[in-house]
Amino acid sequence: MDLAYSVEHEAYRDEVRSFLAKNKNKSPGLGFRDGTAANDWQQLLIEHGYAARTIPKEYGGAGLEADILKSHILAEEFAHAKVRPGHSGDNRIVPVLLELGTEEQKERFIRPTVRGEMSWCQGYSEPGSGSDLASLQTKAHVDGDDFVINGQKIWTSGAKTAHMMFCLVRTEPDAPKHQGISYLLIPMGTPGMEVRPLRQMTGDSQFNEVFFTDCRVPTTEIVGNRGEGWYVANATLKHERGGLGDPNQAAGRFNDILDLMKNETVDGRRLMDIPSYRDRAMALQARIFAMKFNGMRVLSHNIKNEEPGLSRWIVKLQGCELNHQTASLAIDVMGELGILYDGSPHIRDQGMWQHRYMMDLGLIIGGGTAQIQKNIIGERALGLPKEPKFDKPI
Amino acid sequence: MEFMLSEEQRMLQESLTRFLASACPLDRVRKVADAEESMAEDVHRGLAELGIPGILIPEDFGGVGMGFLEAALVSEALGGAVAPVPYTATSVMVPVALMAAGSDHQKQEWLTKIASGKTRVAVGVTEQLGRRESAGINASNGRLSGSAMFVLEGMEADVFLTADSTGALHMVAGDAEGLERTKLKTIDRTRSVIELSLDQTPAEVLPGSVSNREPLLCTIDAGRLMLAADTLGAAQTMLDQAVAYAKERRQFNRPIGSFQAVKHMCAEMAAELEPCRSLVWYAAHSVRSMPEEARLMICHAKAHLSEVGQFVARTSTEVHGGMGFTDLLGLHYWFKRIGFNRQVLGGPELIREEAARVQGLVS
Repeated sequence: MDLAYSVEHEAYRDEVRSFLAKNKNKSPGLGFRDGTAANDWQQLLIEHGYAARTIPKEYGGAGLEADILKSHILAEEFAHAKVRPGHSGDNRIVPVLLELGTEEQKERFIRPTVRGEMSWCQGYSEPGSGSDLASLQTKAHVDGDDFVINGQKIWTSGAKTAHMMFCLVRTEPDAPKHQGISYLLIPMGTPGMEVRPLRQMTGDSQFNEVFFTDCRVPTTEIVGNRGEGWYVANATLKHERGGLGDPNQAAGRFNDILDLMKNETVDGRRLMDIPSYRDRAMALQARIFAMKFNGMRVLSHNIKNEEPGLSRWIVKLQGCELNHQTASLAIDVMGELGILYDGSPHIRDQGMWQHRYMMDLGLIIGGGTAQIQKNIIGERALGLPKEPKFDKPI
Repeated sequence: MEFMLSEEQRMLQESLTRFLASACPLDRVRKVADAEESMAEDVHRGLAELGIPGILIPEDFGGVGMGFLEAALVSEALGGAVAPVPYTATSVMVPVALMAAGSDHQKQEWLTKIASGKTRVAVGVTEQLGRRESAGINASNGRLSGSAMFVLEGMEADVFLTADSTGALHMVAGDAEGLERTKLKTIDRTRSVIELSLDQTPAEVLPGSVSNREPLLCTIDAGRLMLAADTLGAAQTMLDQAVAYAKERRQFNRPIGSFQAVKHMCAEMAAELEPCRSLVWYAAHSVRSMPEEARLMICHAKAHLSEVGQFVARTSTEVHGGMGFTDLLGLHYWFKRIGFNRQVLGGPELIREEAARVQGLVS
């Protein structure tokens, strides 16, 4: 047990801090990462090795050795300074292309993605294939030099603004379900593709349905071989899950609640001075600390390249749940003020807590539902037997 | 940055677990409980051979001079085995009190005896956290009068550590005049609790604790940390037992663990309990490395482990179905140990209030 950082890492932290102090004003806001200002910021960060750290230089990255602790320090310092952090392009597709893409695909896609000029959406879920993703029905058959795609995707975040989609389609209808899938790269706006936004409970429309009717893409736009798409996709799901339930995010939000409870009053009393509210806040703080330290434990194992075991499997389930509970507490201590939304008079924090309360429920469901997470914990971490399967034929 | 146990700490864990598995199986625990004995002497002796009573005591005083993380790992192992031996009071709280407030002479005399395991010291300080009925001790002219109602490890003790109404700490010999012990029966037969009555009983004050509550508070912190770690160990055993039972027990021609209803109960227990391990480690590590954080982290560890322990205790019992309710499996020993740990030295609500105060959140 040694929570101190090495001299090298302390020096790195100092370097990042002075960079942030000097360049903070060049950073665009924390919102969506589009626009020239955001791309210029990303480019500056890459030049300093603060973004796309491990992506090779030849594909537009910083080309540095992986150092989990340096990445961790970067995330901490950017969050602390409330400055928009850099990115590695898209942590779902870039690692896949690096690992399994052809040289031509790497050249064409990684650099613009890392620079923020090309964005992606994920075409996985379908109306009939959610938790049982491998049962997906969107089909592609070969006609000449093209795949011809027919079917429908759903929950496609960012499909309206994305430039490209990475997509799972069934190319081998006679193979067993996991072995009949291929992983395709499809430019958005290809004829035969239609995007219809889905309005969410928050009032936003980040999700979409995407319909394919005889949509053609060249057969070269495949990652891995035909029928290997499931295994290619699993590499990306792993990257996405790792990001959900970040304990530092919950800790940051909890500090916002402490501020809220210290500043907001009811009948002239600070919310913090109401014992039942305070008790809930303290119970939540203990859970947040526990997950933060659990995160440090996972990090320590990752640094040593050891399998963290159970401590890793619970992160998505517990982290998303904590975020949701945090929003719930904020709403409850605000009483009626807690229901104000959408620019209402008297609104607090632009209605952020209600928005988060709904979004965080979405994240409890998305990226592998809480119930699927519990199956994974039960089966992979605790070794409980699987349920007998009654698969429908594809 | 390395947030994990060292090789030595893992070896300590393994050797203790191995020792307890052979010296303190459930049958041994049952014997103590059924005979209403206060402790398993043989297990205590074996632990003394491993140096456990002196775990925190510096080598100069005959101890092994380890830290609070090691002490918490011991507590976790004892909780895991529901070991009926004195530990939290005599091996942790009392050495902490002596090191914080004892005179050189007192340290020399008591720490050496405690480290050998031959002298056992009970602790009666719960009146300082919440006085029930008319309990409480007053000091005057080196003599104590009154009562301490929930004295931990009291039946087997040779000496008592108690606090007077000002928070000053005193050592009282078990055979001193005017001292009477009344055994209390609790749900947890693996621990001994007594009521201590004193009537003009001679006592020796720990000088550093006069007009200074800090030694008392550190003593309570240390006790809370150990109870949290004990619950961690007990709850882990209950989870392991539930998982093992869910794999083996069959209904409808399937192991019950293949049903999501049961699998999810196990997953929820694991998901709640696993972060608790990191919380206990961090709190224990902070005592010496980050003392400014320690009290808050210990409060959170004690309160949160009480909640998660209770959840695991009931859920594991439910996974076992009717068998969980019986004495045949003996699961209730862990259930009750977790229940005991929750109440003693402050329940979760009381401690969360303290967590808020420690951070300056209460006006």
